[in-house]
Amino acid sequence: MRPNEEIEELLESKEEDFVINIGPQHPSTHGVLHLKVKLQGETVLDVQPHLGYIHRSIEKMCEASTYRNFIYLTSRMDYLSAHMNNQACSMAVEQGMALAIPERAKVIRILMSELTRIASHTLWWGALGLDLGATTPFFIGFRDREEIMDIFEESCGARLTMNYNVPGGVMYDIHPNFQKRVHTFLVNFKKNLPEYDQLLTGNVIFQSRMKGVGVISAEDAISYGCTGPVARGSGVSCDMRKWFPYDGYEGAKFDEILETGGDCFSRYMVRVREMYESVKIIEQYIDNIPEGDFQAKTKNVVKLPKGEFYSRVETARGELGVYIISDGSMKPYRVKFRSPNFSNLSALKHMAVGGKIGDLVAIMATLDLVIPDIDR
Amino acid sequence: MLLEFVIVGTCVLGMCVFLAIVFVYMERKVAAFMQIRIGPNRVGPKGVLQAVADVLKLLLKEGITPQASDKFLFNFAPFIVMVVAMLALAPIPFALGLQMYDINIGVFYISAVSSISVIGILMAGWASNSKYSLLGAMRSGAQIVSYELSAGLSVIVIVALAGSMSLGDIVESQRTGWWIFKGHIPAIIAFVIFIIAGTAELNRAPFDMAEAESELTAGFHTEYTGMRFAMFFMAEYVNMFTVCAVGATLFLGGWMPFHVGHFESFNHIMDFIPSVVWFFGKTFFLIFVIMWFRWTFPRLRIDQLLTLEWKYLMPVSLANMILVALIVIMKWHF
Repeated sequence: MRPNEEIEELLESKEEDFVINIGPQHPSTHGVLHLKVKLQGETVLDVQPHLGYIHRSIEKMCEASTYRNFIYLTSRMDYLSAHMNNQACSMAVEQGMALAIPERAKVIRILMSELTRIASHTLWWGALGLDLGATTPFFIGFRDREEIMDIFEESCGARLTMNYNVPGGVMYDIHPNFQKRVHTFLVNFKKNLPEYDQLLTGNVIFQSRMKGVGVISAEDAISYGCTGPVARGSGVSCDMRKWFPYDGYEGAKFDEILETGGDCFSRYMVRVREMYESVKIIEQYIDNIPEGDFQAKTKNVVKLPKGEFYSRVETARGELGVYIISDGSMKPYRVKFRSPNFSNLSALKHMAVGGKIGDLVAIMATLDLVIPDIDR
Repeated sequence: MLLEFVIVGTCVLGMCVFLAIVFVYMERKVAAFMQIRIGPNRVGPKGVLQAVADVLKLLLKEGITPQASDKFLFNFAPFIVMVVAMLALAPIPFALGLQMYDINIGVFYISAVSSISVIGILMAGWASNSKYSLLGAMRSGAQIVSYELSAGLSVIVIVALAGSMSLGDIVESQRTGWWIFKGHIPAIIAFVIFIIAGTAELNRAPFDMAEAESELTAGFHTEYTGMRFAMFFMAEYVNMFTVCAVGATLFLGGWMPFHVGHFESFNHIMDFIPSVVWFFGKTFFLIFVIMWFRWTFPRLRIDQLLTLEWKYLMPVSLANMILVALIVIMKWHF
């Protein structure tokens, strides 16, 4: 059978099948994801994601923009890791320019990345609670996220799509209040983190909803191309910050969080523990921001030599790869993003089939999908 | 006779609307308190008129009947749910001498009437002709039928202790102390099971399978709009009141004041507080507990929900019933 036929057969539904369309507008899909779910009673027989509702052809648009401008489009992919997306693109361009960025810029990038990671994970944590029917975590998560957003706003001028990275460093220097506010945030956040465990982690109902649900083995996780907390929940070591350190991460002292269960609870624990690690990284650097330039001197018009350039970063959801083919002009000839969410989504069917509808929702929540990143 | 019915009916209807408005406001404030928010604070002082504004909004909204639905059942279902919720209020003693209908099988009447509401829910789910509604209705059917059992069995514990099914007599039997204190361990177990099963019967979180907004958008009332939706909503709150009122009556002494052994003056002060305050105080405390559940617990999964009932609550209730029968026969209770 040709692959197309196989897909067509799956999409085709027989009369006796009970098929429901979850999405594109549905409270638990976190965006315009459309899942065609075949059910037998409450049990999920088949899941078929339909993509493309928010496709904006970002990759094509990047090819029409200059090397300085295309970075800003990528904030709109995984909007919860906007800073890391920008960083990956800047790194690819810097690689082409053979540019070394100043130490200060590196540290600022690390600090901002880790703050973004915490902000993303707190939002995920809140949304996970919401998906499981507990509304209170959402507000607890947002309380801490809000504080980070204020820090971003002060230094970058934006709260969500920060556009802070430029080839050669960061756009502006950090705000004079930055260090003070991050310190306040750290004090508050470390006080609040145990609350996260009290509200969800230790809860019996929560654990019974999470443990043993949506299991994926390490081999399957690798073969589906899962990265980030999804793969680390199955015990696959894949943290780009450890394996291919970039922008000064080689000096950072932190542990790669690995859980071996492969179920929803392991993925949950990976993210919760990662928040502690991010705090650790921020604490290392916040008082040691080197003096100097925040941006390397570059020409106004950036031109990359002919060739191919690839960079990858660890976003809050996994590995983001940026692949640029340059023909020597001021615009990229071809840009391709390897987005973590797309690969993680592909494992959904493997995890959800055989479970209940409630499990499907829990699995989607622990995959931490950001739909604009899947469609781009 | 007819005039009496009309007057009582109007009073009940008024009380239901009033209770629903109070509970909506209370729920929003309790939720806000748990979620580090302020809650409604714009309409009226401290937002007390917010719920009134909500009701007005729902009244003015267009009531849509889906084209493919079964129109008669679709329009009929909310009324069944609402009427049943109101019927269950009849035998509850609200205060000393304030009881609409002291039927001699009061407890039995309430559990019988309240289980009719599942028919309304199934009807709504089926008539909507929507898959989400159908799933929600089926869940709710399975859930209410199962949890009715342990709720009933935990009520029987008190019936056995009090020796009567009339709610008036049950309150009277607690003159010397509330059953939760007098009834030894079985009464405490029964109370806990009653609250859990009651929450499940109400379809409220953590047992809100029938609605489960993250799975089924809104479950059985997905297709309902305007006032018909509001009737489901109101029925839920009135049912919540009924469950808590029954819980307060059976276990916490109804309108009986709190007495401590031979503390004469203390007991006199307690007697001075009107019985209606005692009743509503206890009921609101239980309602607060149920709201507390909703705003802190995640939702169970449907199979876990049924496992909890059939594998844990049912056997425990049955054992508990045998234990209490032993206590009553041996006259070990106070």
